[in-house]
Amino acid sequence: MYDSSDLRKGLKITIDGEPYIITEFQFSKPGKGQALYKCKLKNMVTGYTVDRTYRSGDKFEPANLDEVHMQYLYRDNKGFHFMNTNTYDQIALTSDQVGEAKSFLLENMEVDILFFQGTSIDISLPTFVELEVAESAPGMRGDTATGATKPVTLETGHEIQVPLFIKQGEILKIDTRTGEYVERAKK
Amino acid sequence: MIKAPLPEVCIEAFPVFQGKGQPDLYLIPSPEINLKRLLAEGLDRIFQLGSVFRQEEQGRHHLPEFTMLEWYRSGADYHALMSDCEAIIEITARAAGWKGNSVTYKGQKIDINPPFPRTTIKKVFEKYAGWTPGPAPDPNRFNEDMVTKIEPNLPQDRPVFLMDYPASCASLARLKTSDPKVAERVELYAGGLEIANGFSELTDREEQGARFRKEARRRREQGLRVYPWPEEFLSSLSQLHKCAGMALGTDRLVMLLTNASNINDVVAFPP
Repeated sequence: MYDSSDLRKGLKITIDGEPYIITEFQFSKPGKGQALYKCKLKNMVTGYTVDRTYRSGDKFEPANLDEVHMQYLYRDNKGFHFMNTNTYDQIALTSDQVGEAKSFLLENMEVDILFFQGTSIDISLPTFVELEVAESAPGMRGDTATGATKPVTLETGHEIQVPLFIKQGEILKIDTRTGEYVERAKK
Repeated sequence: MIKAPLPEVCIEAFPVFQGKGQPDLYLIPSPEINLKRLLAEGLDRIFQLGSVFRQEEQGRHHLPEFTMLEWYRSGADYHALMSDCEAIIEITARAAGWKGNSVTYKGQKIDINPPFPRTTIKKVFEKYAGWTPGPAPDPNRFNEDMVTKIEPNLPQDRPVFLMDYPASCASLARLKTSDPKVAERVELYAGGLEIANGFSELTDREEQGARFRKEARRRREQGLRVYPWPEEFLSSLSQLHKCAGMALGTDRLVMLLTNASNINDVVAFPP
Protein backbone atom coordinates (compact mmCIF):
# COMPACT_ATOMS: atom_id res chain seq x y z
CA MET A 1 0.00 0.00 0.00
CA TYR A 2 1.11 3.55 -0.71
CA ASP A 3 -0.03 6.56 1.31
CA SER A 4 -0.35 10.17 0.21
CA SER A 5 3.29 10.96 1.02
CA ASP A 6 4.37 8.40 -1.63
CA LEU A 7 2.49 10.22 -4.40
CA ARG A 8 4.77 11.59 -7.13
CA LYS A 9 4.97 11.81 -10.89
CA GLY A 10 5.37 8.37 -12.44
CA LEU A 11 3.85 6.39 -9.54
CA LYS A 12 1.48 3.64 -10.70
CA ILE A 13 -1.62 3.03 -8.58
CA THR A 14 -4.93 1.18 -8.86
CA ILE A 15 -8.21 3.13 -9.09
CA ASP A 16 -11.48 1.17 -9.39
CA GLY A 17 -9.47 -1.93 -10.26
CA GLU A 18 -7.59 -0.32 -13.17
CA PRO A 19 -3.93 0.73 -13.37
CA TYR A 20 -3.18 4.46 -13.54
CA ILE A 21 0.08 6.36 -13.80
CA ILE A 22 0.47 9.83 -12.24
CA THR A 23 1.42 12.22 -15.06
CA GLU A 24 1.25 15.47 -13.08
CA PHE A 25 1.53 16.01 -9.35
CA GLN A 26 1.20 19.07 -7.16
CA PHE A 27 1.33 19.43 -3.38
CA SER A 28 -1.13 22.00 -2.14
CA LYS A 29 -2.08 23.28 1.29
CA PRO A 30 -4.44 26.20 1.73
CA GLY A 31 -3.61 28.38 4.77
CA LYS A 32 -4.79 26.72 7.98
CA GLY A 33 -6.11 23.84 5.88
CA GLN A 34 -4.98 20.27 5.43
CA ALA A 35 -2.51 19.05 2.82
CA LEU A 36 -3.98 18.15 -0.54
CA TYR A 37 -2.33 16.28 -3.39
CA LYS A 38 -3.58 17.28 -6.84
CA CYS A 39 -2.89 14.60 -9.43
CA LYS A 40 -3.45 14.07 -13.13
CA LEU A 41 -3.58 10.35 -13.82
CA LYS A 42 -3.59 8.37 -17.03
CA ASN A 43 -5.45 5.10 -17.28
CA MET A 44 -2.76 2.73 -18.54
CA VAL A 45 -5.29 0.55 -20.38
CA THR A 46 -7.54 3.13 -22.07
CA GLY A 47 -5.17 6.12 -22.12
CA TYR A 48 -7.87 8.38 -20.68
CA THR A 49 -6.73 11.11 -18.26
CA VAL A 50 -8.51 11.99 -15.00
CA ASP A 51 -7.96 14.64 -12.31
CA ARG A 52 -8.02 13.58 -8.67
CA THR A 53 -7.35 15.39 -5.41
CA TYR A 54 -6.13 13.27 -2.51
CA ARG A 55 -5.69 14.05 1.20
CA SER A 56 -3.23 13.15 3.91
CA GLY A 57 -4.04 9.68 5.17
CA ASP A 58 -5.45 8.41 1.86
CA LYS A 59 -4.17 4.95 0.93
CA PHE A 60 -3.49 3.54 -2.51
CA GLU A 61 -3.09 0.05 -3.96
CA PRO A 62 -0.03 -0.22 -6.20
CA ALA A 63 -1.01 -0.93 -9.80
CA ASN A 64 -0.99 -4.67 -10.30
CA LEU A 65 1.38 -4.86 -13.23
CA ASP A 66 3.96 -7.38 -14.37
CA GLU A 67 6.92 -6.36 -16.46
CA VAL A 68 8.33 -9.17 -18.57
CA HIS A 69 11.55 -9.10 -20.55
CA MET A 70 10.84 -10.46 -24.03
CA GLN A 71 12.47 -10.82 -27.41
CA TYR A 72 10.66 -9.87 -30.60
CA LEU A 73 10.76 -12.80 -33.03
CA TYR A 74 8.76 -12.12 -36.19
CA ARG A 75 5.51 -10.91 -37.62
CA ASP A 76 2.96 -13.01 -39.50
CA ASN A 77 -0.77 -12.91 -40.14
CA LYS A 78 -1.42 -13.81 -36.45
CA GLY A 79 0.40 -10.67 -35.30
CA PHE A 80 3.72 -9.83 -33.65
CA HIS A 81 5.38 -12.75 -31.89
CA PHE A 82 7.45 -12.30 -28.73
CA MET A 83 9.32 -14.81 -26.55
CA ASN A 84 9.82 -14.64 -22.80
CA THR A 85 13.61 -14.81 -22.46
CA ASN A 86 13.37 -16.78 -19.17
CA THR A 87 10.63 -19.31 -19.85
CA TYR A 88 10.81 -19.36 -23.68
CA ASP A 89 7.00 -18.99 -23.70
CA GLN A 90 5.76 -17.25 -26.81
CA ILE A 91 2.91 -14.79 -27.23
CA ALA A 92 1.39 -12.97 -30.19
CA LEU A 93 0.26 -9.36 -29.93
CA THR A 94 -2.00 -7.52 -32.35
CA SER A 95 -0.82 -4.52 -34.28
CA ASP A 96 -2.92 -2.27 -31.97
CA GLN A 97 -1.32 -3.76 -28.85
CA VAL A 98 2.16 -3.13 -30.21
CA GLY A 99 1.10 0.42 -31.06
CA GLU A 100 3.73 3.01 -31.85
CA ALA A 101 6.52 0.62 -30.81
CA LYS A 102 6.25 -1.11 -34.20
CA SER A 103 7.86 1.88 -35.92
CA PHE A 104 11.21 0.87 -34.41
CA LEU A 105 10.71 -2.82 -33.66
CA LEU A 106 13.24 -5.09 -35.34
CA GLU A 107 13.54 -8.88 -35.19
CA ASN A 108 15.59 -10.15 -32.20
CA MET A 109 15.22 -6.81 -30.37
CA GLU A 110 14.79 -7.23 -26.58
CA VAL A 111 11.98 -5.21 -25.01
CA ASP A 112 10.09 -4.94 -21.71
CA ILE A 113 6.37 -5.62 -21.96
CA LEU A 114 4.00 -4.45 -19.22
CA PHE A 115 1.06 -6.75 -18.47
CA PHE A 116 -2.14 -5.97 -16.57
CA GLN A 117 -4.21 -9.08 -15.78
CA GLY A 118 -2.51 -11.00 -18.56
CA THR A 119 -3.02 -8.31 -21.21
CA SER A 120 -0.08 -6.36 -22.54
CA ILE A 121 -0.58 -2.60 -22.11
CA ASP A 122 2.80 -1.11 -22.91
CA ILE A 123 6.04 -2.00 -24.67
CA SER A 124 9.28 -0.31 -23.63
CA LEU A 125 11.84 -0.30 -26.41
CA PRO A 126 15.54 0.26 -25.75
CA THR A 127 16.13 4.04 -25.51
CA PHE A 128 18.28 3.98 -28.64
CA VAL A 129 17.87 1.64 -31.60
CA GLU A 130 19.94 1.29 -34.78
CA LEU A 131 18.00 0.89 -38.01
CA GLU A 132 18.97 0.79 -41.66
CA VAL A 133 17.68 3.29 -44.22
CA ALA A 134 15.65 1.22 -46.68
CA GLU A 135 14.71 4.01 -49.03
CA SER A 136 15.93 7.54 -49.51
CA ALA A 137 15.45 10.04 -52.29
CA PRO A 138 18.85 11.30 -53.50
CA GLY A 139 19.81 14.70 -52.03
CA MET A 140 18.92 17.64 -54.26
CA ARG A 141 21.82 19.52 -55.75
CA GLY A 142 22.27 22.99 -54.31
CA ASP A 143 19.98 22.26 -51.37
CA THR A 144 22.54 22.99 -48.65
CA ALA A 145 20.58 25.08 -46.15
CA THR A 146 21.80 24.12 -42.66
CA GLY A 147 19.34 22.12 -40.63
CA ALA A 148 17.40 21.12 -43.75
CA THR A 149 15.90 17.63 -43.57
CA LYS A 150 14.31 15.07 -45.85
CA PRO A 151 12.14 12.02 -45.19
CA VAL A 152 13.62 8.51 -45.39
CA THR A 153 11.97 5.13 -44.90
CA LEU A 154 13.54 2.80 -42.34
CA GLU A 155 13.76 -0.99 -42.68
CA THR A 156 10.70 -1.20 -40.38
CA GLY A 157 8.68 0.77 -42.93
CA HIS A 158 8.55 3.83 -40.67
CA GLU A 159 9.34 7.24 -42.14
CA ILE A 160 11.46 9.83 -40.26
CA GLN A 161 13.12 13.16 -41.00
CA VAL A 162 16.92 13.09 -41.34
CA PRO A 163 19.66 15.48 -42.54
CA LEU A 164 20.15 15.70 -46.30
CA PHE A 165 23.49 13.82 -46.33
CA ILE A 166 21.92 10.49 -45.22
CA LYS A 167 21.98 7.80 -47.94
CA GLN A 168 20.14 4.56 -48.54
CA GLY A 169 21.78 1.61 -46.70
CA GLU A 170 23.22 3.69 -43.87
CA ILE A 171 22.55 2.67 -40.26
CA LEU A 172 20.96 5.39 -38.10
CA LYS A 173 20.79 5.77 -34.33
CA ILE A 174 17.26 6.77 -33.25
CA ASP A 175 15.93 7.91 -29.88
CA THR A 176 12.74 5.89 -29.32
CA ARG A 177 11.44 8.34 -26.67
CA THR A 178 11.16 11.13 -29.23
CA GLY A 179 11.20 9.08 -32.41
CA GLU A 180 13.94 11.37 -33.74
CA TYR A 181 17.19 10.76 -35.63
CA VAL A 182 20.27 11.16 -33.40
CA GLU A 183 23.30 10.37 -35.58
CA ARG A 184 24.76 7.87 -38.02
CA ALA A 185 25.66 4.67 -36.19
CA LYS A 186 29.43 4.06 -36.02
CA LYS A 187 30.13 0.74 -37.62
CA MET B 1 12.38 26.60 19.99
CA ILE B 2 9.24 26.44 22.11
CA LYS B 3 7.83 24.09 24.73
CA ALA B 4 4.24 23.90 23.54
CA PRO B 5 3.07 24.60 19.95
CA LEU B 6 -0.50 25.84 19.62
CA PRO B 7 -2.79 22.86 18.99
CA GLU B 8 -3.87 23.55 15.41
CA VAL B 9 -4.96 20.49 13.42
CA CYS B 10 -3.23 21.47 10.18
CA ILE B 11 0.18 22.61 11.42
CA GLU B 12 2.73 19.99 12.45
CA ALA B 13 5.69 21.29 14.45
CA PHE B 14 9.05 19.46 14.33
CA PRO B 15 9.78 17.91 17.73
CA VAL B 16 13.39 18.18 18.94
CA PHE B 17 14.83 15.57 21.28
CA GLN B 18 16.53 17.37 24.16
CA GLY B 19 18.07 14.46 25.98
CA LYS B 20 17.03 11.50 28.11
CA GLY B 21 14.37 12.37 30.66
CA GLN B 22 13.86 15.86 29.20
CA PRO B 23 10.61 16.90 27.53
CA ASP B 24 10.87 17.42 23.76
CA LEU B 25 11.06 20.98 22.45
CA TYR B 26 9.66 22.12 19.11
CA LEU B 27 11.08 24.17 16.23
CA ILE B 28 8.89 27.23 15.99
CA PRO B 29 6.10 26.70 13.39
CA SER B 30 4.99 30.35 13.65
CA PRO B 31 6.23 33.36 15.67
CA GLU B 32 2.68 34.03 16.90
CA ILE B 33 3.02 32.26 20.22
CA ASN B 34 5.87 34.50 21.45
CA LEU B 35 4.87 37.74 19.74
CA LYS B 36 1.44 37.76 21.38
CA ARG B 37 3.07 37.36 24.79
CA LEU B 38 5.18 40.44 24.04
CA LEU B 39 2.05 42.35 23.02
CA ALA B 40 0.43 41.33 26.30
CA GLU B 41 3.50 42.72 28.09
CA GLY B 42 2.75 46.11 26.54
CA LEU B 43 4.75 46.32 23.28
CA ASP B 44 2.36 47.75 20.74
CA ARG B 45 3.87 47.47 17.23
CA ILE B 46 6.18 44.52 16.72
CA PHE B 47 7.45 42.24 13.98
CA GLN B 48 9.66 39.22 13.52
CA LEU B 49 11.39 38.12 10.33
CA GLY B 50 12.86 34.66 10.47
CA SER B 51 12.72 30.97 9.69
CA VAL B 52 9.76 28.86 10.72
CA PHE B 53 9.48 25.09 10.41
CA ARG B 54 6.57 22.82 9.53
CA GLN B 55 6.52 19.10 8.92
CA GLU B 56 5.16 17.45 5.79
CA GLU B 57 5.12 20.59 3.68
CA GLN B 58 7.07 20.42 0.45
CA GLY B 59 5.93 21.39 -3.01
CA ARG B 60 6.06 24.16 -5.60
CA HIS B 61 4.93 26.71 -2.98
CA HIS B 62 6.01 24.94 0.22
CA LEU B 63 9.21 24.18 2.10
CA PRO B 64 9.58 22.61 5.55
CA GLU B 65 11.74 25.63 6.51
CA PHE B 66 10.60 28.97 5.16
CA THR B 67 10.93 32.65 6.01
CA MET B 68 8.02 34.42 7.60
CA LEU B 69 7.44 38.07 8.30
CA GLU B 70 4.91 38.42 11.08
CA TRP B 71 3.74 41.71 12.55
CA TYR B 72 1.22 42.93 15.10
CA ARG B 73 -0.52 46.24 15.75
CA SER B 74 -2.33 46.88 18.99
CA GLY B 75 -5.58 48.79 18.84
CA ALA B 76 -6.07 47.71 15.21
CA ASP B 77 -8.19 45.20 13.34
CA TYR B 78 -7.68 43.30 10.08
CA HIS B 79 -8.42 46.37 7.92
CA ALA B 80 -5.15 47.95 9.10
CA LEU B 81 -3.28 44.73 8.14
CA MET B 82 -4.62 44.91 4.60
CA SER B 83 -3.28 48.47 4.24
CA ASP B 84 0.08 47.25 5.58
CA CYS B 85 0.15 44.49 2.95
CA GLU B 86 -0.61 46.95 0.17
CA ALA B 87 2.29 49.14 1.30
CA ILE B 88 4.67 46.17 1.58
CA ILE B 89 3.84 44.93 -1.93
CA GLU B 90 4.20 48.43 -3.42
CA ILE B 91 7.50 49.19 -1.69
CA THR B 92 9.12 45.80 -2.28
CA ALA B 93 8.03 45.75 -5.94
CA ARG B 94 9.70 49.12 -6.47
CA ALA B 95 12.81 47.92 -4.63
CA ALA B 96 12.90 44.87 -6.91
CA GLY B 97 12.96 47.16 -9.94
CA TRP B 98 9.32 47.02 -11.09
CA LYS B 99 8.05 50.31 -12.52
CA GLY B 100 4.59 51.77 -13.00
CA ASN B 101 3.00 50.01 -10.02
CA SER B 102 2.70 46.65 -11.70
CA VAL B 103 4.60 43.40 -11.68
CA THR B 104 4.55 40.65 -14.31
CA TYR B 105 4.28 37.15 -12.91
CA LYS B 106 4.30 34.08 -15.18
CA GLY B 107 3.39 36.25 -18.17
CA GLN B 108 0.48 38.01 -16.42
CA LYS B 109 0.68 41.74 -15.61
CA ILE B 110 -0.59 42.41 -12.08
CA ASP B 111 -1.71 45.94 -11.22
CA ILE B 112 -0.58 46.63 -7.63
CA ASN B 113 -2.10 50.06 -7.16
CA PRO B 114 -3.84 50.19 -3.77
CA PRO B 115 -6.45 49.49 -2.66
CA PHE B 116 -6.43 45.84 -3.73
CA PRO B 117 -9.89 44.35 -4.34
CA ARG B 118 -11.48 42.86 -1.22
CA THR B 119 -14.00 40.05 -1.31
CA THR B 120 -15.42 37.53 1.14
CA ILE B 121 -15.24 33.76 1.39
CA LYS B 122 -19.04 33.66 1.16
CA LYS B 123 -19.00 35.56 -2.16
CA VAL B 124 -16.25 33.50 -3.82
CA PHE B 125 -17.72 30.17 -2.70
CA GLU B 126 -21.17 31.13 -3.96
CA LYS B 127 -19.70 32.31 -7.26
CA TYR B 128 -17.14 29.59 -8.01
CA ALA B 129 -18.10 26.56 -5.89
CA GLY B 130 -21.88 26.98 -5.87
CA TRP B 131 -22.45 26.67 -2.13
CA THR B 132 -22.39 28.81 1.00
CA PRO B 133 -20.07 27.64 3.79
CA GLY B 134 -21.68 27.82 7.25
CA PRO B 135 -19.82 28.58 10.49
CA ALA B 136 -18.23 25.09 10.51
CA PRO B 137 -18.12 23.60 6.99
CA ASP B 138 -16.80 20.09 6.39
CA PRO B 139 -13.04 20.78 6.31
CA ASN B 140 -12.44 18.31 3.45
CA ARG B 141 -15.07 19.87 1.22
CA PHE B 142 -14.04 23.41 2.15
CA ASN B 143 -10.32 22.92 1.53
CA GLU B 144 -10.73 20.87 -1.64
CA ASP B 145 -13.01 23.47 -3.19
CA MET B 146 -10.63 26.19 -2.03
CA VAL B 147 -7.77 24.58 -3.94
CA THR B 148 -9.64 23.27 -6.99
CA LYS B 149 -12.43 25.83 -7.52
CA ILE B 150 -11.63 29.09 -5.71
CA GLU B 151 -7.87 29.64 -6.01
CA PRO B 152 -7.73 28.97 -9.78
CA ASN B 153 -10.59 31.43 -10.38
CA LEU B 154 -9.35 34.40 -8.36
CA PRO B 155 -8.57 37.53 -10.40
CA GLN B 156 -5.16 37.21 -12.09
CA ASP B 157 -4.58 40.88 -12.91
CA ARG B 158 -4.87 42.20 -9.32
CA PRO B 159 -3.83 41.01 -5.87
CA VAL B 160 -6.96 40.16 -3.88
CA PHE B 161 -7.92 39.92 -0.21
CA LEU B 162 -10.24 37.06 0.81
CA MET B 163 -11.99 38.04 4.03
CA ASP B 164 -14.27 36.58 6.67
CA TYR B 165 -13.56 32.85 6.92
CA PRO B 166 -15.99 30.41 8.55
CA ALA B 167 -15.57 30.61 12.35
CA SER B 168 -14.17 27.04 12.48
CA CYS B 169 -11.38 27.92 10.02
CA ALA B 170 -9.68 30.49 12.25
CA SER B 171 -9.06 29.20 15.74
CA LEU B 172 -7.08 32.29 16.79
CA ALA B 173 -9.25 35.01 15.23
CA ARG B 174 -11.97 37.17 16.69
CA LEU B 175 -15.50 36.53 15.42
CA LYS B 176 -17.15 39.35 13.51
CA THR B 177 -19.50 41.25 15.84
CA SER B 178 -22.00 41.90 13.05
CA ASP B 179 -21.91 38.26 11.86
CA PRO B 180 -20.49 35.78 14.40
CA LYS B 181 -20.68 32.90 11.90
CA VAL B 182 -17.47 34.24 10.39
CA ALA B 183 -14.09 35.19 11.83
CA GLU B 184 -12.13 38.34 11.01
CA ARG B 185 -9.47 36.45 9.09
CA VAL B 186 -7.96 37.66 5.82
CA GLU B 187 -5.72 36.08 3.18
CA LEU B 188 -3.81 37.94 0.50
CA TYR B 189 -3.47 36.21 -2.89
CA ALA B 190 -1.42 37.47 -5.83
CA GLY B 191 -0.54 35.66 -9.04
CA GLY B 192 -2.08 32.44 -7.71
CA LEU B 193 0.21 32.58 -4.65
CA GLU B 194 -1.15 32.70 -1.14
CA ILE B 195 1.08 35.47 0.22
CA ALA B 196 -0.20 36.40 3.68
CA ASN B 197 -2.72 35.44 6.35
CA GLY B 198 -3.92 37.59 9.25
CA PHE B 199 -6.56 38.09 11.90
CA SER B 200 -8.20 40.51 14.18
CA GLU B 201 -6.84 38.57 17.13
CA LEU B 202 -8.96 36.73 19.66
CA THR B 203 -8.12 38.22 23.09
CA ASP B 204 -10.63 36.27 25.21
CA ARG B 205 -8.72 33.72 27.28
CA GLU B 206 -11.75 31.54 28.06
CA GLU B 207 -12.88 31.40 24.45
CA GLN B 208 -9.34 30.65 23.25
CA GLY B 209 -8.97 27.86 25.82
CA ALA B 210 -12.25 26.31 24.67
CA ARG B 211 -11.16 26.45 21.00
CA PHE B 212 -7.79 24.89 21.82
CA ARG B 213 -9.50 22.06 23.71
CA LYS B 214 -11.60 21.38 20.60
CA GLU B 215 -8.54 21.48 18.29
CA ALA B 216 -6.51 19.31 20.68
CA ARG B 217 -9.36 16.77 20.69
CA ARG B 218 -9.38 16.73 16.88
CA ARG B 219 -5.60 16.21 16.86
CA ARG B 220 -6.00 13.24 19.23
CA GLU B 221 -8.83 11.79 17.14
CA GLN B 222 -6.70 12.03 14.01
CA GLY B 223 -3.78 10.29 15.71
CA LEU B 224 -1.60 13.42 15.58
CA ARG B 225 1.05 14.15 18.19
CA VAL B 226 -0.33 15.51 21.46
CA TYR B 227 1.45 18.76 22.41
CA PRO B 228 1.86 20.02 25.98
CA TRP B 229 -0.94 22.44 26.94
CA PRO B 230 0.09 26.03 26.00
CA GLU B 231 -0.63 27.45 29.46
CA GLU B 232 1.86 30.35 29.27
CA PHE B 233 0.35 31.54 26.02
CA LEU B 234 -3.21 31.29 27.34
CA SER B 235 -2.50 33.10 30.59
CA SER B 236 -0.85 35.96 28.69
CA LEU B 237 -4.14 36.51 26.85
CA SER B 238 -5.73 37.98 30.02
CA GLN B 239 -3.39 40.97 29.53
CA LEU B 240 -3.88 41.19 25.74
CA HIS B 241 -5.88 44.12 24.38
CA LYS B 242 -7.46 44.53 20.96
CA CYS B 243 -4.85 43.82 18.28
CA ALA B 244 -4.33 42.41 14.82
CA GLY B 245 -1.51 40.38 13.34
CA MET B 246 -0.42 39.21 9.89
CA ALA B 247 1.98 36.51 8.71
CA LEU B 248 3.54 36.99 5.27
CA GLY B 249 5.40 34.23 3.44
CA THR B 250 8.53 36.10 2.43
CA ASP B 251 9.75 33.44 0.00
CA ARG B 252 6.46 33.60 -1.87
CA LEU B 253 6.66 37.40 -2.03
CA VAL B 254 10.15 37.00 -3.52
CA MET B 255 8.74 34.46 -6.01
CA LEU B 256 6.14 37.02 -7.09
CA LEU B 257 8.69 39.81 -7.46
CA THR B 258 11.29 37.71 -9.29
CA ASN B 259 8.86 35.81 -11.53
CA ALA B 260 9.85 32.44 -10.01
CA SER B 261 7.33 29.62 -10.30
CA ASN B 262 8.99 27.29 -7.79
CA ILE B 263 9.91 28.18 -4.20
CA ASN B 264 13.17 26.23 -4.64
CA ASP B 265 14.27 28.91 -7.11
CA VAL B 266 14.30 31.66 -4.46
CA VAL B 267 16.00 29.75 -1.63
CA ALA B 268 19.76 29.19 -1.63
CA PHE B 269 19.79 25.61 -0.32
CA PRO B 270 16.36 23.97 -0.49
CA PRO B 271 16.52 20.59 1.29
